[in-house]
Amino acid sequence: MIETLKKYIRPDVFPTPFCPGCGHGILMQALLRAIDELKLDIDKMVFLSGIGCAAWIPSPHFAADTMHTTHGRPITFATGIKLVNPKLKVVVISGDGDLSAIGGNHLIHAARRNIEMTVICANNSIYGMTGGQVAPTTPTGAKSATTPQGNPERDFDLCKLVKGAGADYVARGTVYHMRELIKYLKTALQHKGFSFVDVISPCYTQFGRRNQNTCGGSASSAIMNLKTAVSKTPQDGEILTGEF
Amino acid sequence: MFLQGNEACALGAIAAGCRFYAGYPITPSSEIMERMAVELPKADGTFIQMEDEIGSIGAVIGAAWTGAKSMTATSGPGLSLMLENIGYGIMTETPCVIVDVQRAGPSTGQATKVASGDVMQVRWGTHGDYEIIAFSPWSVQEMYELTIKAFNLAETYRTPVFLLSDEAVGHLREKAELSKDVEIIKRSPKSDKPFFGPGALMPTLGQGKKLSITGSTHDEWGIRKTQSPEIQAKFTTHFCDKIRLNADRITEYEEYYLDGQTTVLVIAYGFTARSALRAVELAREKGGKAGLLRLKTVWPMPENKLKSLPTSISKIIVPEMNQGQVIREFR
Ligand code: SF4
Repeated sequence: MIETLKKYIRPDVFPTPFCPGCGHGILMQALLRAIDELKLDIDKMVFLSGIGCAAWIPSPHFAADTMHTTHGRPITFATGIKLVNPKLKVVVISGDGDLSAIGGNHLIHAARRNIEMTVICANNSIYGMTGGQVAPTTPTGAKSATTPQGNPERDFDLCKLVKGAGADYVARGTVYHMRELIKYLKTALQHKGFSFVDVISPCYTQFGRRNQNTCGGSASSAIMNLKTAVSKTPQDGEILTGEF
Repeated sequence: MFLQGNEACALGAIAAGCRFYAGYPITPSSEIMERMAVELPKADGTFIQMEDEIGSIGAVIGAAWTGAKSMTATSGPGLSLMLENIGYGIMTETPCVIVDVQRAGPSTGQATKVASGDVMQVRWGTHGDYEIIAFSPWSVQEMYELTIKAFNLAETYRTPVFLLSDEAVGHLREKAELSKDVEIIKRSPKSDKPFFGPGALMPTLGQGKKLSITGSTHDEWGIRKTQSPEIQAKFTTHFCDKIRLNADRITEYEEYYLDGQTTVLVIAYGFTARSALRAVELAREKGGKAGLLRLKTVWPMPENKLKSLPTSISKIIVPEMNQGQVIREFR
């Protein structure tokens, strides 16, 4: 743990519950570094999350106001908070299943309303906590606990989805590209209006071990294969990063 | 004033200090939302129409934690969607008010027709172990007064409170006196640790308290304790006891012709109680010794009152606009 970030962490919460190799701890650090570099007053911020491994990034770790809500619904709670006290900086951090499957309706409507909040999606293309079931972000063909023959469905491009719903600031970074990620998070946190950062974060435990880097376009393979992640003209199965 | 029950509910909410409303259109409750959209901006409050009922109750709970008294209104199908987040409200001890203007179900049922099929849904609808408070108004006057009381009890006991209305009362137009001089329980600005459990005052986000709010089982400081049977027992007992042990303070009822001579007792609630009272009066005119116990709160039940009913009563009749729900409490 970097000394300067310790002040943002509740006492006695480490070690994190994340598996070795999980990207979520890196995302946690990137977000805290963005907050620290922007010199934001964390007591004027509220961090919300839903259910899943990613929802544990702010809760219980952050020494700040945190609200660990029901599955898929953190954006709705965040909407009530922001409307009552617009001075608070409201940040939602949750997983791809939480934000785009069960909570997909809230995601597009918050983007449409352009209500000022930053939504960070820790995107690992899988349901990690519940044991590796297929998600709306799982690439076609990928194996999961519920697609043992390979995923027959297409996956969501969350940046396109949120952009299409009306968000002004949309970016995608990865936990492997720390400088870019921090830059995107800082821009999102300062954005007036709705902002969305899709963060590719690998889950080796549930996704990687089933797909053994054979699955292009997935979170885990993107991190393991640098070229894929930084590609600017994505071929089939590659992931495009940057600001959109 | 001559007005509609749903409008009286909205005005009662404003009088009670409600400053946030989130909702989704649904018959027969929509007039509450439409009136709140007009009244809240005038009262310096905030109104939002959400994308669904799940979002509505989520926003209401978020608003409550940001210091605003908050409310939503719906009917059966919308209530079915809200139930998970209502459980979150119970678990996080969030004061808020949920109005259910009941219509005939199950499912879409008859959207414009009156029923009382949700009595057990508000009592047991969300999963887990808890007690609930639900008012049952029978007039436009009570749509106003009991909405205010619902807000007060939500603050006192730090829990979601239901106003369990129905289509007939919601759409009824009659005279009511909307007093501005009402007793209101304000939220204390002085909340300090611990944030949850017996005696804990409702805190507010954004005040540097570093609140940990979670729907998981948690201790007094909001820290997740998902492996401790003791904390699980302590908090579910607390959710039940804060209502059970105060039942005599919470419950409200009215008695008509109920004395040591009464032989037939009618127990009724909501709009049905109006017909029940007329039936009792007609029986009386013909010499029958009928009486009425009208429940203004359906949950919790007035146990002590029920235990001390006159021994002269040989028959109890529970008329309801359903196939028999509350009657099970008396069998
Ligand atoms: S299951 Fe996957 S997402 Fe969850 S902590 Fe482990 S590696 Fe991370």
